[in-house]
Amino acid sequence: MFSHSKIEQNVILMLVLILITVSIGGLVEIVPLYTVESTIERVEGVRPYTPLELRGRDIYIREGCYLCHSQQVRPFRDEVERYGHYSLAAESMYDHPFQWGSKRTGPDLARVGGKYSNEWHAAHMADPRSVVPESIMPAYGFMLDRPLEAADIAERLETNRAVGVPYSDEMIENAAADLEAQADPEADTDDLLARYPKAAVGDFDGNPALLSEMDAMVAYMQILGRMVDFTDVKPEDLRQ
Amino acid sequence: MTDQASASSSAYNEGVIRLLVIATMFWGVAAFLVGVLIALQLAYPVLNLDLEWFSFGRVRPLHTSGAIFGFGGNALIATSFYVVQRTGRTTLFGGETLAGFVFVGYQLFLVMAGVGYLLGITQGREYAEPEWYVDLWLTLVWVVYLLVFLGTVMKRKEPHIYVANWFFLSFIVTVAMLHIVNGLSLPVSWTGTKSYSLFSGVQDALTQWWYGHNAVGFFLTAGFLGIMYYFIPKQAERPVYSYRLSIIHFWSIIFLYIWAGPHHLFYTSLPDWAQTLGMTFSVMLWMPSWGGMINGIMTLSGAWDKLRTDPVLRFLVVSVAFYGMSTFEGPLMSVKPVNALSHWTDWTVGHSHSGALGWVAFVSFGAVYFLVPKLWRRARLYSERLVSVHFWIATIGIVLYITAMWVSGILQGLMWRAYDSLGFLQYAFIETVEAMHPFYVIRALGGVLFLIGSLVMVYNLIRTARGDVREEAGAPAVAPGMNPAE
Repeated sequence: MFSHSKIEQNVILMLVLILITVSIGGLVEIVPLYTVESTIERVEGVRPYTPLELRGRDIYIREGCYLCHSQQVRPFRDEVERYGHYSLAAESMYDHPFQWGSKRTGPDLARVGGKYSNEWHAAHMADPRSVVPESIMPAYGFMLDRPLEAADIAERLETNRAVGVPYSDEMIENAAADLEAQADPEADTDDLLARYPKAAVGDFDGNPALLSEMDAMVAYMQILGRMVDFTDVKPEDLRQ
Repeated sequence: MTDQASASSSAYNEGVIRLLVIATMFWGVAAFLVGVLIALQLAYPVLNLDLEWFSFGRVRPLHTSGAIFGFGGNALIATSFYVVQRTGRTTLFGGETLAGFVFVGYQLFLVMAGVGYLLGITQGREYAEPEWYVDLWLTLVWVVYLLVFLGTVMKRKEPHIYVANWFFLSFIVTVAMLHIVNGLSLPVSWTGTKSYSLFSGVQDALTQWWYGHNAVGFFLTAGFLGIMYYFIPKQAERPVYSYRLSIIHFWSIIFLYIWAGPHHLFYTSLPDWAQTLGMTFSVMLWMPSWGGMINGIMTLSGAWDKLRTDPVLRFLVVSVAFYGMSTFEGPLMSVKPVNALSHWTDWTVGHSHSGALGWVAFVSFGAVYFLVPKLWRRARLYSERLVSVHFWIATIGIVLYITAMWVSGILQGLMWRAYDSLGFLQYAFIETVEAMHPFYVIRALGGVLFLIGSLVMVYNLIRTARGDVREEAGAPAVAPGMNPAE
């Protein structure tokens, strides 16, 4: 009969057996997520982020917003009423990394896009208690004054392309111009909107003279949850 | 396990372990302090001071990394280096040099990670926040750690590898696997700090929680079970309750844990089949967890009276009791309808802290109280009464913390889903935030007590290391080098 004492006397055997034992669960659960095609629902409209939205998302990550805000609406009556249609896997398929979060100290943000004005967002982030007196969110006033760092915006898009986001050559060539145009109320945004449908355009932070970090943050907030048009979606498209 | 080394304990590599023990207490106090700060920030947001590097979102990873990797990590490296030498009656492979590299390299990792968080350098993955260059550095340090551990086991003078080392080995190897896979990312530039993860969306979510849950399972559980399997028998002077249970405990817990990650993603866009698998294995995980708890606690068979007289043993045993409680609560919260209520709320935070404070911190405190007199060659601790004071302050702190989080978590979960008689949602979100305030204050108070307890411990340890002994009526002398456990 097999005796465990063999393993106890051979550390390499033990090491190999441990590796096999701890590999199985992960392989069985994670690999099919790549191979089963229905994992990502078949819906239209999900596109890569505009350069400005992407920079906003970078700042969202930098500030640790995910530690208090989820981006994932669960299929419950109260959540759907409070936030909107439940979240789809397709909606975060270009999110490197995902930001579903694990805590809702503040409300879910998966569908916050279009629900509040740019002015509200800028005022709220700069001084949350000026618009929501009971809020416990930290203030991010510095974002209003800080110029958005974007010298490497094309590299950021290229890096995203390298990990699987379908940025086209045209998108990468125009990255810097698109970034500026999206927050410039005077700019011609037809090309931008052709490349990135539904992007919110205009001045976001109340100061058209400066392309600030706040512009990027608000641009990101305003696209969240708006890419998929749920009036077009049939239930069978959502089956996973 | 035989341990005839008390006469010749200088033969072991202990210098590096002394440093690791000091680092454990340093990072512990730092992490508890930062924890109190962010708890107060949630109760009183003015404490964010409108400074970007002082805001909750940047400081919170400093607390979690400080507690898990700073306090917990140093405790694990210290105890594993101690145990693997004693149980194999040999010195560390690579001597103080390789082990010293692990010590210095690991502290450097912690500092690079922590400074990065405050500057906003983060991957935005919970408990895996360090950016790519810090990840690479940690990988190197970790491989050397594995080498030292493995090499020491290989040159042991005992035929059998003691059970504590099985757990330490699985912890080191599995954490390496999790860290490397979950950390895969592509830097924007080799001279910059920013990277984008290789995975996205739903696949990324499960990869991250495969990592995150098993950071709990292997870093905070398997490793600390290694501590349990050595230090409880030593302190109680009793052999491990059941050898056979150890074997079942070990293989079943490392097999089952890996599957449980999806319970962090219930009702999300993760496909249902994966959620169901995650729930099934999470519930099954209750069994080996309690098997381990039974093995730890029943080791006291015939020595229960020591709980009354030995506060160090009390820390160790109560830690296992907390382990039993959290590992019952975990499977409970992994039942989908329960999770529907508990997810996103403070209940989760309370659960993680009953494990982190009750289990991880208490078992570490017990081990450090055991180690310091041995490592500094003192007959006994400066004061056993102060150990008892620490125990009670910390226990009251934990109780305040977890009960406050139970109430706030369940309250918030219920408020989110409450409807009024007309069929409208009863509460605006902000009302549910307001309702949390008193519990956030109580939680912070619990944290303050836990912090004070740890400062009492530091004082006691410093006096011990200096060779001071406090005259205390009825304090039993700690006899060094008593019979070891088999």
